[in-house]
Amino acid sequence: MTVAENTTENNVRSALQEGAVVPETSRGERFTGYDVEAFEVPSGREENWRFTPLKRLRGLHKGGDAAVATGKVTLSVDAAPEVTVETVSREDERLGKAGAPGDRVSAQAYSSFTEATVVSVGADTKASKPTVLTVTGPGKDLLAYGHLQIRLAPYAEASVVLDHRGSGTYADNVEFITGEGARLTVISVQDWEDDAVHVSEHHVSLGKDSLVKHTVVTLGGDLVRVSPTARFAAPGGDVELLGLYFADAGQHQEHRLFVDHAQPHCKSHVTYKGALQGDDARSVWIGDVLIRAAAEGTDTFELNRNLVLTEGARADSVPNLEIETGEIEGAGHASATGRFDDEQLFYLQSRGIDEPTARRLVVRGFFFEILARIDVPELRERLEAAIEDELQAVGH
Amino acid sequence: MATLEIKDLHASVTTDEGTKEILKGVNLTVRSGEVHAIMGPNGSGKSTLSYAIAGHPKYEVTSGEVLLDGENVLEMSVDERARAGLFLAMQYPVEVPGVSMSNFLRTAATAVRGEAPKLRHWVKEVRDEMAKLDIPAEFAERSVNEGFSGGEKKRHEILQLALLKPKFAVLDETDSGLDVDALRVVSQAVNDFTASNDVGVMLITHYTRILKHIQPDVVHVFAEGRVVESGGKELADELEEQGYVKYVGKAEPAAL
Repeated sequence: MTVAENTTENNVRSALQEGAVVPETSRGERFTGYDVEAFEVPSGREENWRFTPLKRLRGLHKGGDAAVATGKVTLSVDAAPEVTVETVSREDERLGKAGAPGDRVSAQAYSSFTEATVVSVGADTKASKPTVLTVTGPGKDLLAYGHLQIRLAPYAEASVVLDHRGSGTYADNVEFITGEGARLTVISVQDWEDDAVHVSEHHVSLGKDSLVKHTVVTLGGDLVRVSPTARFAAPGGDVELLGLYFADAGQHQEHRLFVDHAQPHCKSHVTYKGALQGDDARSVWIGDVLIRAAAEGTDTFELNRNLVLTEGARADSVPNLEIETGEIEGAGHASATGRFDDEQLFYLQSRGIDEPTARRLVVRGFFFEILARIDVPELRERLEAAIEDELQAVGH
Repeated sequence: MATLEIKDLHASVTTDEGTKEILKGVNLTVRSGEVHAIMGPNGSGKSTLSYAIAGHPKYEVTSGEVLLDGENVLEMSVDERARAGLFLAMQYPVEVPGVSMSNFLRTAATAVRGEAPKLRHWVKEVRDEMAKLDIPAEFAERSVNEGFSGGEKKRHEILQLALLKPKFAVLDETDSGLDVDALRVVSQAVNDFTASNDVGVMLITHYTRILKHIQPDVVHVFAEGRVVESGGKELADELEEQGYVKYVGKAEPAAL
């Protein structure tokens, strides 16, 4: 892409002084809590709400009557035989352990859900196939809350797909808790109908030496805001946060990531890629990484790339890197937003490939890095087809 | 038998400093079966000529014609020109991340040939051409030009030439960045291609080095945006001896 780029690797000082926006207060000091009333109603000026069109949240952020659930989501589960799926009450003592809500809407969801789903995999158990949880929205003009927890006992191994479809307004928290040496792959797909509003916080808590590959794919919805937070409960964890989004005219897609390195010798690798097309297509990517003083030997890199396909679309990309110790392996970030590269189009066309096909090749190539790492073949094929459809939609 | 005629071609480029005319009336006719060396010093407009023929959006043709068997290719889009039989081996091939070389080659061959090549024949065809150019098989699964060395990029340009089989090929500084062995391999592949296909070649180069491997039928000297002298192989020998001093008014060698 022909873009301004800022890449820093193994270079703490330049990461701090150049492109990274260092917030006035540490990301680690931002308030979290389970009770919605402990949060003020956002005005839109707050750091964590300044990009979100509050008017389109349908009152979710305000509380009161507007935030009372009027419907339910339908959850259908296709689980691997080695996996246990339970429906539990909100009193279940396992809940809430991966982390507390970080904003008012997540706290509203936490305060409002009536029952939760817990998916667990026992110690030393490898799930033989992906477990697919399909969440269907409450329906147009209805509001629902949800809570889901995925937990892997020590040395368990599983792959979980969260597939969001349908209509309505939905706010939820999803917890991922891995025991020592466990390996979890998660893919959360937001394939909502055009009217849907979805605000979701993902809390990832990694046990000692465990590995989590967390992928977010956002295609549909009117407003989708997904906030994955990763925390390390012990040393040696490795989290990979991947994302792919495609915003069409009028869609607002927001991904707010926070990786909190408070344990030594952990790794985090963030790669989010988005394409935008059409009037008022909007994407927001926030990548907060905090390396606390105790997190010696941390290795982190975050990258966000946006491809703006038409006029009238806008992508915001804000990497924040805070480093409180110099004893790290590496820390860096790269963020770039660009239009189609005319040189790439010229090159492909000079080989006889017509312009629409050339554009499709370039976009497919742009997303390839993420799609190639989705190791559930049926899902990968579906997403490839969805991207093709998106491109057809505006006649590329 | 095909003919490529360039008639009084003028082209300019627009930069922040304004519009600058680079091609100032190029006249040149190439027939299939002929190899024309276009030799010129830095900044003479050789590469602009190649881009203008291919239709790069950065260069605006302000007057003149480029006729392929009487049809004005300047009225065609970039991809139409390629499908009509023009090929440009670029000096700086472009990287296209995430698009595999094999997918790219097959998509291009399908476009140029008008139908998808039969898979079984295609695989063999690509393998054979890659072998001729000493390109390891694993390159087929790598992204187009991404992370390729200069020499690897040039080999892949000639691979595309061999697979797309144009009527006219413009090779823009194909020799630059090639070491001795690579230059020999690439030149041999070009010679194989011209020997077995009815193709016209414009070989654009600053130096006489590649002409030791690829014999030109005609040599043109390009300076100040136009062809200033044409002759046979002996003109290249003269440039080798004397450089471009006669054309640019200062010493500029044509031999390394």
